[in-house]
Amino acid sequence: MALNSKIPAGPIDAKWKTYKSTCKLVNPANKRQLEIIVVGTGLAGASAAASLGEMGYKVKAFCFQDSPRRAHSIAAQGGINAAKNYQNDGDSTYRLFYDTIKGGDYRAREGNVHRLAEVSASIIDQCVAQGVPFAREYGGLLSNRSFGGTQVQRTFYAAGQTGQQLLIGAYQALERQVALGTVEMYSRHEMLEVVKIDGKARGIIARNLVTGELERHFGHAVLLCTGGYGNVFYLSTNAMGSNVTAAWKAHRQGAFFGNPCFTQIHPTCIPVSGDHQSKLTLMSESLRNDGRIWVPKKQGDNRKPTDIAEEERDYYLERRYPAFGNLVPRDVASRAAKERCDAGYGVGSSKMAVYLDFAAAIERYGKIEANKQGKGNLDKASIIALGKDVVKEKYGNLFDMYAKITGENPYEVPMRIYPAVHYTMGGLWVDYELMTTVPNLYALGEANFSDHGANRLGASALMQGLADGYFVIPYTLGNNLADDIRTKAIPTDHPAFVAAEKEVSDRINRMMNIKGKESVESFHKRLGKIMWDKCGMGRNAKGLEEAIREIQALRKEFWSNVRIPGEVKEFNPELDKAGRVADFIELGELMCKDALHREESCGGHFREESQTEDGEALRDDEKFMYVAAWEFKGESQFELHKETLDYEVVHPSARSYK
Amino acid sequence: MQHYNMNLTLKVWRQRNNKVKGHFETFQVKNISSEMSFLEMFDVLNEQLVAEGKDPIAFDHDCREGICGMCSMHINGRSHGPWDQTTTCQLHMREYKDGDTIVVEPWRANAFPVIRDLVVDRSSFDRIIAAGGYVSVNTGNAVDANALPIEKQKADESFAAASCIGCGACVAACPNASAMLFVSAKIAHLALLPQGDPERKVRAVNMVQQMDTEGFGSCTNIGACEAECPKGISLENIARLNREYVGAVFSGSPRG
Ligand SMILES: Cc1cc2nc3c(=O)[nH]c(=O)nc-3n(C[C@H](O)[C@H](O)[C@H](O)COP(=O)(O)OP(=O)(O)OC[C@H]3O[C@@H](n4cnc5c(N)ncnc54)[C@H](O)[C@@H]3O)c2cc1C
Ligand code: SF4
Ligand code: FES
Repeated sequence: MALNSKIPAGPIDAKWKTYKSTCKLVNPANKRQLEIIVVGTGLAGASAAASLGEMGYKVKAFCFQDSPRRAHSIAAQGGINAAKNYQNDGDSTYRLFYDTIKGGDYRAREGNVHRLAEVSASIIDQCVAQGVPFAREYGGLLSNRSFGGTQVQRTFYAAGQTGQQLLIGAYQALERQVALGTVEMYSRHEMLEVVKIDGKARGIIARNLVTGELERHFGHAVLLCTGGYGNVFYLSTNAMGSNVTAAWKAHRQGAFFGNPCFTQIHPTCIPVSGDHQSKLTLMSESLRNDGRIWVPKKQGDNRKPTDIAEEERDYYLERRYPAFGNLVPRDVASRAAKERCDAGYGVGSSKMAVYLDFAAAIERYGKIEANKQGKGNLDKASIIALGKDVVKEKYGNLFDMYAKITGENPYEVPMRIYPAVHYTMGGLWVDYELMTTVPNLYALGEANFSDHGANRLGASALMQGLADGYFVIPYTLGNNLADDIRTKAIPTDHPAFVAAEKEVSDRINRMMNIKGKESVESFHKRLGKIMWDKCGMGRNAKGLEEAIREIQALRKEFWSNVRIPGEVKEFNPELDKAGRVADFIELGELMCKDALHREESCGGHFREESQTEDGEALRDDEKFMYVAAWEFKGESQFELHKETLDYEVVHPSARSYK
Repeated sequence: MQHYNMNLTLKVWRQRNNKVKGHFETFQVKNISSEMSFLEMFDVLNEQLVAEGKDPIAFDHDCREGICGMCSMHINGRSHGPWDQTTTCQLHMREYKDGDTIVVEPWRANAFPVIRDLVVDRSSFDRIIAAGGYVSVNTGNAVDANALPIEKQKADESFAAASCIGCGACVAACPNASAMLFVSAKIAHLALLPQGDPERKVRAVNMVQQMDTEGFGSCTNIGACEAECPKGISLENIARLNREYVGAVFSGSPRG
């Protein structure tokens, strides 16, 4: 099967405009006959469901939490990018496009990324109109900050709770449609299968997580907005429930998986404190605007950070990357931290941490504040007090969170941070219209692979989720469904629904009947350890080959020794989790295979065999300038398809932040 | 920070579903590290229960970062436990010492029926939002975001109200099980912004009506909600809601 990305012809800045003005439309009366299933109510799903409801489609939306407002998007902290150029610092659609392509290490599609940059400005307009309380300046206009990998200030934010505010905006728009009757909401429901009829996605099997009953739902099209799969590593910054199940079921039904090994390891997270650790907490990248990252110059230095003099500190990012300093992209910052820790310069009791220090920023802000207040000759202590207030206003909730988790006061001592799994650039392969290789099955938001190449820039996931949901799918879905207006709703006693439900039910029963000895949690931890050790920040052929064997063995063990308490037909979180872990195990194997085949380093994918003399990632454009799209061929069997990437506008070069 | 281990006695509410009666069950947990979060302590207990072939305790949680609002636990008589402005998932075990007994219950309110153990049904909150907690603007209708400057102070106040995580701790803390703090936070968030202004009257009327329909109790100004709210949502919002509501009713705003 040849992959067709369906990028419209024409110059880069005309593609989307042309598409929009020539795509097929569905008239309002027909929209009312068309049923759409939206799985997921994060930024991508809630915005899509609300917009499609407004347009007149009959929408059913699903999420596994108790309310659509609790999707993992709620946790996003730092901000959302948009090429508004409100700061007059030289930003433009082109520059956002360029930064994203370069940030993604030339492994993303130009057409998609340009569209993303084009619609970014409308997202901010839409959110403000909904009442999203973004941060503002004293003049009443919107405030911006900068984020890693860029040299302009284009990030809009709401303190450290940007995701929450954006999601609540989308959730409220969704609830409005629920009240109007255009959207039916199914909370505490988990989609467990895609139903295909005549090769097209025509519905889902979902499990009511309260009663345990399976349900059949028809849709002319199915949209998966089910988020990322970082939890395959067990420990990550993702919410505990984030999982790959929806995407994996789609994959098994014929949807290709794009670049599964492209994982983002975020440089600034609170380090692991012990075996009991259940998840890792991000300290927003926005902190790198003001915090300086360092380790002691001396190996194994056990002194308190405040006792280590300025000249005895190694600000290694500023040293290695003078042009971007602490604001290098995430992949670069993460690897640099690992390099220092592996070389014996790490700090804290585990020695797997580096410092993120605000002392200089506090003093700098204190001085500015003193000057503003006309108190030029204040003593140092008062200046620091003023500075702390400024830092508190900017990052207060993050500092509080750090203090609650670690019991240390980051206003006084530097934070300890270490990289952690955060985001997955890989996901279901989609074309320009966000359709997967299964007709009428779409993937939006983090669940698709599309816009971030091998590394995502900060504040771009929120942008992409909302772009997909508010501004892309409303057009591309209609273009396809215009041909489907004669398809009547298919009754769910159709044999395809019956068979799909039986499949799901059999699998659940098989799992329940194992009645083995080992808990689901334990399997998940073991998988995570294999993935982190062998498919994490540094990868090599030997490790990956081992990982593949170990995962295959783990899978056998899972299916013969997992213990799931309780019953099927009741509220049973252990059973929910067991299904997710089983899918993670299969995905883990594919990720390792993808990482093994990509014998180059690019973005977040660092193959130790492919690096420059000074340890920078070495890309191989000759051999690997393509999207790896994997087709499921049976257990442990995946066939590779390649979508070659053509760069017509930006010319790939070595990505340098020096 | 000095770390230590502790042994604890836990008394936890068990209830298989909403059709049967619940009861407290007592558990011993050992070697709990002071570095763990409260939910990680529950993870340890649940692993222990699974190993013993028993049913683990069901509890809601997701982000474990204090932002999704899922982790509803009433701990030793306080919603989300002893730390001020802290959700259960952010509470850490260094609060406790060896030998302590901890009692954990679900949110108790008629409008939040128990689903299982510590898990309750809070969909009534969604229905209150659906009754009017939004700005009626369709996708694509918006003007330029900077076309309408908003005073920083108002924007900040609106943001403070908007930081409500919809956890329901305010309801669980209130002897009347009133949802006024939650409702007022949404009313204030939107009423403080020019975007929310055109619908402010009908919003106040409809949201309050829905709150009553769901069976939440009435507000008698006790203030327990504010004390237990993990996000520091202020009682001033309730005063604002009362003003908005009275204003709306007296101006004869239509119910819609
Ligand atoms: C701590 C943290 C901070 C972040 N900060 C930022 C930031 O500052 N800026 C930025 O741009 N990005 C940030 N990100 C990334 C960003 O938050 C996510 O990529 C984005 O929110 C994903 O949105 P989504 O809509 O694709 O999926 P999610 O928000 O993950 O939503 C997934 C939805 O799918 C549902 N679901 C999943 N599977 C099923 C199933 N089988 N059945 C039914 N429902 C299902 C869930 O219930 C949920 O509703 C951050 C991420 C983390 C972890
Ligand atoms: S007002 Fe506070 S306690 Fe009540 S739901 Fe909102 S955040 Fe929770
Ligand atoms: S688990 Fe999300 S707020 Fe506690």
